[in-house]
Amino acid sequence: MASNVVLVTGVGGHLGGRLVARLANNPNIERVIGVDTVAPTMRLLERMGRAEFVRADIRNPLIAKVISNADVDTVVHASCTAHPAGPGRRTAIKEMNVIGTMQLLAACQRAPKVRKLVVKSTAAVYGASSRAPAVFTEDSKLVPSSSSGYSKDAVEVEGYVRGFSRRRPDVDVTVVRLTNLIGPSVDTVLTRYFSLPITPSVFGSDARMQFLHADDALTVLEQATLTKNPGVFNVGGDGVLTLSQAIRRARRFEVPVPRSVMPVAGRVFSGAPLVDFSTDQLQLLNFGRVVDTTRLKQDFGYTPKYSTREAFDDYVNGRALRPVVGTSWLSGLERRLGSGAPAT
Amino acid sequence: MPEAEVIPLHGPSRRGVTSTAPAGAGGADNNGRVRPPARPSIVEHPPARVKSDSWLPDLSELLGFFRRRLTGEYEVDEFGFDAELTETVIYPPLRIIADKWFRVETSGLDNLPASGGALVVANHSGTLPWDAVMTCLAVHDGHPAERHLRMLAADLVFQLPGLGSLARKSGQTLACHPDAERLLASGELVGVWPEGFKGIGKPFADRYKLQRFGRGGFVSAALRSGVPIVPCSIVGAEEIYPKLADIKPLARLLGMPYFPVTPFFPWFGPLGAIPLPTKWHIEFSEPIDTTEFGEQAAEDPMLVFNLTDQVRERIQHTLYRGLARRRSVFRG
Repeated sequence: MASNVVLVTGVGGHLGGRLVARLANNPNIERVIGVDTVAPTMRLLERMGRAEFVRADIRNPLIAKVISNADVDTVVHASCTAHPAGPGRRTAIKEMNVIGTMQLLAACQRAPKVRKLVVKSTAAVYGASSRAPAVFTEDSKLVPSSSSGYSKDAVEVEGYVRGFSRRRPDVDVTVVRLTNLIGPSVDTVLTRYFSLPITPSVFGSDARMQFLHADDALTVLEQATLTKNPGVFNVGGDGVLTLSQAIRRARRFEVPVPRSVMPVAGRVFSGAPLVDFSTDQLQLLNFGRVVDTTRLKQDFGYTPKYSTREAFDDYVNGRALRPVVGTSWLSGLERRLGSGAPAT
Repeated sequence: MPEAEVIPLHGPSRRGVTSTAPAGAGGADNNGRVRPPARPSIVEHPPARVKSDSWLPDLSELLGFFRRRLTGEYEVDEFGFDAELTETVIYPPLRIIADKWFRVETSGLDNLPASGGALVVANHSGTLPWDAVMTCLAVHDGHPAERHLRMLAADLVFQLPGLGSLARKSGQTLACHPDAERLLASGELVGVWPEGFKGIGKPFADRYKLQRFGRGGFVSAALRSGVPIVPCSIVGAEEIYPKLADIKPLARLLGMPYFPVTPFFPWFGPLGAIPLPTKWHIEFSEPIDTTEFGEQAAEDPMLVFNLTDQVRERIQHTLYRGLARRRSVFRG
């Protein structure tokens, strides 16, 4: 069952744009249509090649026309902003996420040619708290961390997607729950956070973090588009880094601050409101979140190439973050004492 | 369904159990330490783990440790367990407390499997969870494979700043079904204190009287994972803080499950938090096999209740036996 006409939403975003570029290079796909409210950058437009870009708002019923006129059979919904960078306008993002999804799904339901739907969701649907299990499987309860954050949006979006798959059982629905994206070119609150020379952390907590390299996320989305794999899948790199460990690996300087001071601290240390901690983010930095990826490996058939640690190191090296905390003197001292310390 | 078995109160006496004792009990063991001739079946708390002549760590080893910590070159598992930190930083001070303060004696460690999952179920007491910490250390130091006991803790632990992250780093996780079954499935030794706050916060008058064992969740976790249940009874921990009263309004104000009043706390402030130097004995009983009940057994509540009672009964009897054997609270 080869996909012929693929529609991708959210091509202005990092993942959506790269996904369209990849699909456009696939000769088996007849047509690739990218949709977003903002035009992609020139660089991305060049890479998109033969893919078409339609400037449309998925909150508008017009999207139904695009789908039916182009005989779209595969819809990839990658426009949900799960990890907005910088202070996003909350209401606008919520509109885009929830209302946009509703419109898109309504359009898909009316289009008889649609056979497959791929939804990019987020592991934030599981929330993060002191009462949550250490590792979430796909069957874990969805408990958004806050009543108004992006995790709440994602839970609502997934609810609508479930409703859609109930009403259109003939459509293969694949939902991928991505953990925090990281990589040299990813711009999210977290990547900005780790590039702060002085990194504030919640006092008395050391969250377990799981990262997903952007390349792996892209491959998963591509594979979900090209192959038949209905279901819900957690996607994340193997292994765990604690927050303090990640900060040390980035050679940053960690300053524990009380939780209530975190948003202010983020602003103070970055010099500008570049890092905007929402409640969701604070919960994550406080309690952490780890997902089980057995189903991804066994049923979906993909093992992420980067482990959490490798993905994070790739981000640190790719960004060329200058070390704030030097540690070379330690290994030097160790070598002089005659134990085989690796050169750093 | 097997009936809860009756364990004789005055079972084989301490001196009677000589099966595991070396032939030359009373002589010197392979560390050159002189063993006391009495109580041959009991493993003295830190067993043979003297590594070098000096108890000070090697300087370059220490530097290597600091370098790994500073550069983040260490492994943490998905539950947040940091084995290196636990063994290097957390255990050594606790070992001193176990050896010098509580003089913990351990027996029946051979009832713990050398590998693979098992669920250790123990009595809870003492106002502060010293019993859990000491059991964890006793398992690590006494077991030939130096296994880590992964304990299941209440959510209150993970809410408290500092304590929550320390608990995760030392291998504990939230007491819930998914975590317990995940740990057991990955072949870990899991420790559970099913009495919970009812047990740890019981008044002094109720010492060594087991409280209700939760809802038997631990039994269904073991049944589903097909691992043996190892009952564990801790004698000595129930007297470390004689809790005479409970100031409930203050506890509610502070968000704690209880606010204990002991002869020393809160009258002497932080000094009152020093536990009494009682003599401890941790005994692991024979494991209860759960595989014979089959995989569907966890769906049978009656079986789960009966098995819960059986475990509880066994711990209670071992406790009574340990108490009958004990001559003094402080000297053992």
